[in-house]
This record gives sequence, C-alpha cells and structure tokens, in this order.
Amino acid sequence: MLTKRIIPCLDIKNGRTVKGVNFVNLIDAGDPVVLAKQYADLGADELVFLDISATLEGRKTMIEMVHQVAEQVNIPFTVGGGISSVENVNELLKWGADKVSINSSAVKRPDLINELAEKFGSQCVVVAIDAKQIEGEWFVHLAGGTIPTEIKLFDWAKEVEKRGAGEILFTSMNHDGTKNGFANEALATLSNLVNIPIIASGGAGNMQHFVDTFKEGKADAALAASVFHFGEIPILDLKQELKRNHIPVRL
Amino acid sequence: MKLIIIDYGAGNIKSIQFAFKRLGVEAILTNDIDTIKSADKVIFPGVGEASSAMKMLIESGLHAVIPTLKQPVLGICLGMQLMCNSTEEGNTKGLGIFDVAVKKFSNTVKVPQMGWNVITNLRSDLFKGIKENEFMYLVHSFYAESCEEAIATTDYELEYSSALQKDNFYGVQFHPEKSGIEGEKILKNFLELKTNN
Repeated sequence: MLTKRIIPCLDIKNGRTVKGVNFVNLIDAGDPVVLAKQYADLGADELVFLDISATLEGRKTMIEMVHQVAEQVNIPFTVGGGISSVENVNELLKWGADKVSINSSAVKRPDLINELAEKFGSQCVVVAIDAKQIEGEWFVHLAGGTIPTEIKLFDWAKEVEKRGAGEILFTSMNHDGTKNGFANEALATLSNLVNIPIIASGGAGNMQHFVDTFKEGKADAALAASVFHFGEIPILDLKQELKRNHIPVRL
Repeated sequence: MKLIIIDYGAGNIKSIQFAFKRLGVEAILTNDIDTIKSADKVIFPGVGEASSAMKMLIESGLHAVIPTLKQPVLGICLGMQLMCNSTEEGNTKGLGIFDVAVKKFSNTVKVPQMGWNVITNLRSDLFKGIKENEFMYLVHSFYAESCEEAIATTDYELEYSSALQKDNFYGVQFHPEKSGIEGEKILKNFLELKTNN
C-alpha cells in the first residue's frame, strides 16, 4: 500500500535553514546538507528546500546546495523558490533535484506549468499554493504569502492539475506558524477536487495534527519545519503514532 | 568495473550517478554506442515523457543497440517502461525486451502514484538481502501489467510488475537511487551480477 509521506521542509536563506513564524522572525536552524542527511537517516520520506528569500529578492536558487544534497542524500527532494523558467528547472534537475516547486511564477504565467510538464514530466512539477481564507473564501497569495490575489484556491488547483502539475503543496496562511493544526477542511476539499497528490502544509504543532490531516484532511503527505528542526516531534515517534492510528507509513 | 549510464537527454540522471558514487563506483554518462557496448554494466535511466524519450533514443540509434547488449542492463522508471512492448503514454512502441504492455493508472487512484510503496514476490539476485515488503520510492502514472517476467510486484489500484527481468535485462519501476539504504543495496546487487560480455 502506498504510504503517507512525512516531509520536513527546510526553508533556506543565504544557504542556511530558517523557519519563520507566519513567515517573519527568522530563526537559524542549521546547515541544510547536514540536516537533510540527518532527516534521511531518521526516516523522513522526502525533503523540500524552499529558498524563501528567492521570490522576494529575485534571487536564484542554490545550485551548489542542490548538488551537495543530491550527492549525500538518498531520498527524494524538491527545490522551490524563485523558479520562473524552463532553464532554471533544467539546471536544478541537472544537479540532482528530483522535483521543483513553483508558486508565484506559475500564477503570473500559468503556461510555465505546461512547459515544465511537457519538457520534464508532471512527476517533477510541484505547484505550491499559498492561500488565505478571507470571509469564508480561500484566495491565492503570492511572494511568500505577502501579495493577495483575486484567484480562488479551488479554481487555481483545478487549473494547475489540468496544466500538468504532478502534485500540489498547499499552505494555509491562516494556519502557518500557529501550531494549531492543518487546514483540514480546505485540504479535504482539494483532495476530492483534484486527482493528483496533495501535500498539507502550515500549522503542525503536535502529532495529533498529523493524524488529523491524513484522516480528516485526506492529505497524501504532510510537511512541517520547526516542529522537526527543533526536535519537538521526532519523525520516528510521529510515524509510530500514525501507525497506531491505522495510517499507512514507512517504518 | 566499467559502469555506464546511458545519457540520451532523459531527465535526472545525476542522482543515479551520485548513488553509485556513494557506493564507491564512478559511473560514466555517455551516449556513445561503442562505450556502451564495451561496458561491464549498463544503466538505462529515464524520467519524463515516453514518446519524446523514445524519439531521442531513435535519433541517437540507441533503440537498436540496447536490445542487443549482452552485459547486465538495468532500466530504471521510464527506462524500464521503454524496455517493454508498448506504453499508453503517447501511444509509444517500446524496445520490446519485456513482453508486457505499459498502461495508465485509472482515476480511481491519485495519479501519479507518488511516494513509498512495498515490493513483494521478490525473485531475482537483484533483491539479494532485500526482505519481502521492503519500501521503495516510486513516482509514476503508468505501470507494467502483471506478467511472467515480473521479479517484483506492487499494489496500487491493482497488482502490477514493479520489477522485470529477462536474461541479462533488468528493469525496476521504483527509484533505487532514491530509496534509502535498501535501494542502495539493490544497486550494489546489480554491480555484483555476473557479466557475460
């Protein structure tokens, strides 16, 4: 049986791992390559590296870090942040990234999704969607959640699937950094709406939150950062807890 | 040991090269037919779309060379699928090494299958030291049907062939280079297969 994935997310700024609370107040949590290797050994199913400064500052993602991670880590990883062209992606995949995640650039130019899916295959195209619920309605936000748009989350999710996305990484801006749990209602709607895997992101605070997002949110994978980086939730313990709750995991 | 990875422009092959490097073996990336023919072991990778990958193989003449190779050949992911008779992806004719068709998962399951699933019914030296129901990392929308040449099966929507073998040809749907320590064991087993070149 296909198992549910646990994905530590390493937010990268200037080559270091950071995690913000609601995307501000960055705290240093270590060297990404060392951390990645450690996570692979501890049972993480996959890793995501997001260059959080990239979109805001127009910085290119870190080829050298990708190279080092690919050399040393034996589980799959996704790279995101500031990716806006086929050339960017070609470079990242060439150096060993398994998937890329695009966000603002896909909203600005949706054809990018088609181009990437056509050239590299849907399996390596993750579309990250940051959304915020405003008066009951979910709206897509850009540039690390700082710029609101009028695009509705569920419309956009349908469209990215149609254009060839292989996976959706959904971050709720209302939940991110709160440690109060994932946006399970929106996640379940998404999961029923599209037929590609959904990664839940934003709000992980304790192990029950993961149980809930797999059961109620119907997520295929769950992503978190600080609860893993600061050792609040050991991945092995989390997986055992999920197993006790009859959620299939790789143990 | 001369290990080569066929480089025909299909997707992420660096990670396979890195995985062998972790095992202490330098793999050469090449599309040179003579170099491929003279290798001890050949990796046939592939990530991306089948019809365009097949087109690249035909343009380089590799489509005629690969089925004639005598040394152990390991197709990975799309590489394995292209070694089959045909694939529904882009209605593509394959190399016909494995006598099986590749089909698309239906929309009763999430497509692609993405993540860790188990391999069972293991029967090959390729899986020496690998236990039944070991987890492997998979990313694919198309699958090889159950068949006699299956040396491992996996369950997703239905039971399908997650690894195939015919003579010196091996194919795995999963990514051993991304499947942790157990995946690396499979690559090591491949390196230890006897070469009848």
